[in-house]
Amino acid sequence: MTTPLSHYLVLSALLFSVGFAGAVLRRNVILVLIGIELMLNAANLNFIGFWRYGAHPEALTGVMFAIFSIAIAAAEAAVGLALVIAIYRHRRTVQVDQFNSLKG
Amino acid sequence: MSNLDQVFVTLLHWVVGLVPASLQPWVSTLVIILAIMTVFGTCFALTTILERKILGRMQNRYGPNRVGPCGLFQPVADGIKMLTKEDIVPFSSDQVVHFLAPLVLTIPIWLAFAVIPFGRNMTAIDLNAGLLFFFAIGSASELAVFMAGWAGQNKYSLLGAMRAVAQMISYEVPLVLAAVPVVMLAGSLSLNDIVQAQSGYIAGGLPRWNVLTPWGLAAFIMFLIAATAESNRSPFDLPEGESEIIAGYLTEYSGFKYALFFLGEYMGLFAITSLAVTLFLGGWHAPLPVLEWLPSWFWFGLKFSALIFGFIWIRATLPRLRLDQMLSLAWKFLVPLALLNLLAAAVWHWSGQCRLFPGSMAVRWLVCAAILVFPGIRLGRSLNGLSATPRQYRYAK
Amino acid sequence: MPSDITFYLLAALTLAGAVAAMSLRNIVHCVLCAAGAFAGLAGIYLQLNAEFVGVAQLLVYVGAVAILLVFTILLTHGADVKLGSALISSGWKTGLAISALVLVCLVVPVLTSPGLRHEAASGVVAPMMQKIGEQLMGQCVLPLETTGLLLTAALLGAVVIAMNDKTAAGPKTGVPPNHEAGKEPGLR
Repeated sequence: MTTPLSHYLVLSALLFSVGFAGAVLRRNVILVLIGIELMLNAANLNFIGFWRYGAHPEALTGVMFAIFSIAIAAAEAAVGLALVIAIYRHRRTVQVDQFNSLKG
Repeated sequence: MSNLDQVFVTLLHWVVGLVPASLQPWVSTLVIILAIMTVFGTCFALTTILERKILGRMQNRYGPNRVGPCGLFQPVADGIKMLTKEDIVPFSSDQVVHFLAPLVLTIPIWLAFAVIPFGRNMTAIDLNAGLLFFFAIGSASELAVFMAGWAGQNKYSLLGAMRAVAQMISYEVPLVLAAVPVVMLAGSLSLNDIVQAQSGYIAGGLPRWNVLTPWGLAAFIMFLIAATAESNRSPFDLPEGESEIIAGYLTEYSGFKYALFFLGEYMGLFAITSLAVTLFLGGWHAPLPVLEWLPSWFWFGLKFSALIFGFIWIRATLPRLRLDQMLSLAWKFLVPLALLNLLAAAVWHWSGQCRLFPGSMAVRWLVCAAILVFPGIRLGRSLNGLSATPRQYRYAK
Repeated sequence: MPSDITFYLLAALTLAGAVAAMSLRNIVHCVLCAAGAFAGLAGIYLQLNAEFVGVAQLLVYVGAVAILLVFTILLTHGADVKLGSALISSGWKTGLAISALVLVCLVVPVLTSPGLRHEAASGVVAPMMQKIGEQLMGQCVLPLETTGLLLTAALLGAVVIAMNDKTAAGPKTGVPPNHEAGKEPGLR
């Protein structure tokens, strides 16, 4: 494997900033959630990259972290999307800047 | 007769030996891909005609018998028809998604054949996490069903796609849970190891296949039910039932793209049947020690054909289930039963390690079967209250 | 060399998918491009010898999260975008500046750090499944059980939150009587 580790880390940084930009800029709340998922994926890539190129790959630390991160991200996506559906029922919209009143 | 057994492996080595060493991995992979595509493509053609003939015979009529001897060239006629049909793409449809959906369906399903052991030393790629790879690939093709339904931009397509995706994700859970005891008792996710763990014979000539244990039998039945639902086959074919919803998510497809969907569906069926043979029926092992002279790939093919015949038989026999009946079956019957199956498999494994008295095998069978049968009956009875209206029996006067 | 080309192809696919996911107008296309980005990442994990993580990424993200997103879009009619509505929120200049700042903060340490390795360690042993299983049930058993609890709570919570409760306040916020695509009748 002759690709330097920095290439993986730069890819991860780019993915993270793209996800961040999307989460901050787009108005649709589902796209915000997609941005969050991209950020989590970028962090996972970081973990796996450092695990593979690190000093002790047989300790499997990066892999364990990534596995739990994937599981938790899935749970968070499920709850987030359920919240989106519940909010849609009240507000009839999925634009983030319409969620500006705490009156239920 | 190990020569006959390894004839394909020897053939592969001979072909690969003809090219210089630097190209050998590429040629080897290419030859394996071509072999799998040829064999399963022929299987697909044969299955279409055999299905129609068997369905016909079970319905007391002949199947197609005009084209060729006993109608065996019917797939050629069907192929020519499908390929020369006009490919109509609706104007208001989503062009890119409409084009990509058949590809996204078919390509992962071909990938799934890479991890299956078709005979002794006949696995294309022996992955450490082979079983998990298979399930991941299967779940990737669900997105294609949604894409196909969405691309049509009409109510029927979308409704069919939603139903199909809901059905497929619901039945993925019992599918994976039914395969988990196999992994537990074989100790590995690699399909070669799982087949290896089913080698050998118990005294009396009975093979050590997983289907001949109580948890294995229950898991096999659950796996087959879930596999039927995953492939959208009758009695679970509401998403594409012609009498219900036009053609569901396939409404807007014609010609070659429809043929690709058709191919993808049958290939998915073949892949899941191969997996069922590998996990539960002992893979390429022979059932009796006296029959071991027959090649391993012959046994795989025989078990595979028997299961495909079983699927066709079920299609001819059972009526279609309604969507809520289908989903209740998955979540309220199969999932709890699959979890109980894990318990039964654990009890089987631990009781197998203490052989106390003769007849202990019968006791093990009884205990594990009791764990599965009584809750199963209870769960099945609880599904009875799902008919829309109470039944009204009307008799002719 | 082949592994380098594979990495660059997969990285290009992933980045293209991510950028497309965040910038397209049609939201279903965004979700499909995001699924493509997840699949590209799964390929990168497989290339890094993390078999289990790559396969789990395919299974969970492409097979479950993408489908969840698609279902939510259809249940909230997010695909019907009103013409003329802005795609990007106001104050986008600040957001863009901050994300550029984040990118710079992440990339500069990577490129200027002297200690990063150039070649992968060769300590990755073949039967990794066994070791992952042993670690999960040995050293990481507490996170494993806690994750199980968390997933159960998330499942029940998602079902309860998204459920259509026909309480006294129901008819005021009633859902329109078109086809409730995807709503499983068995959940009521």
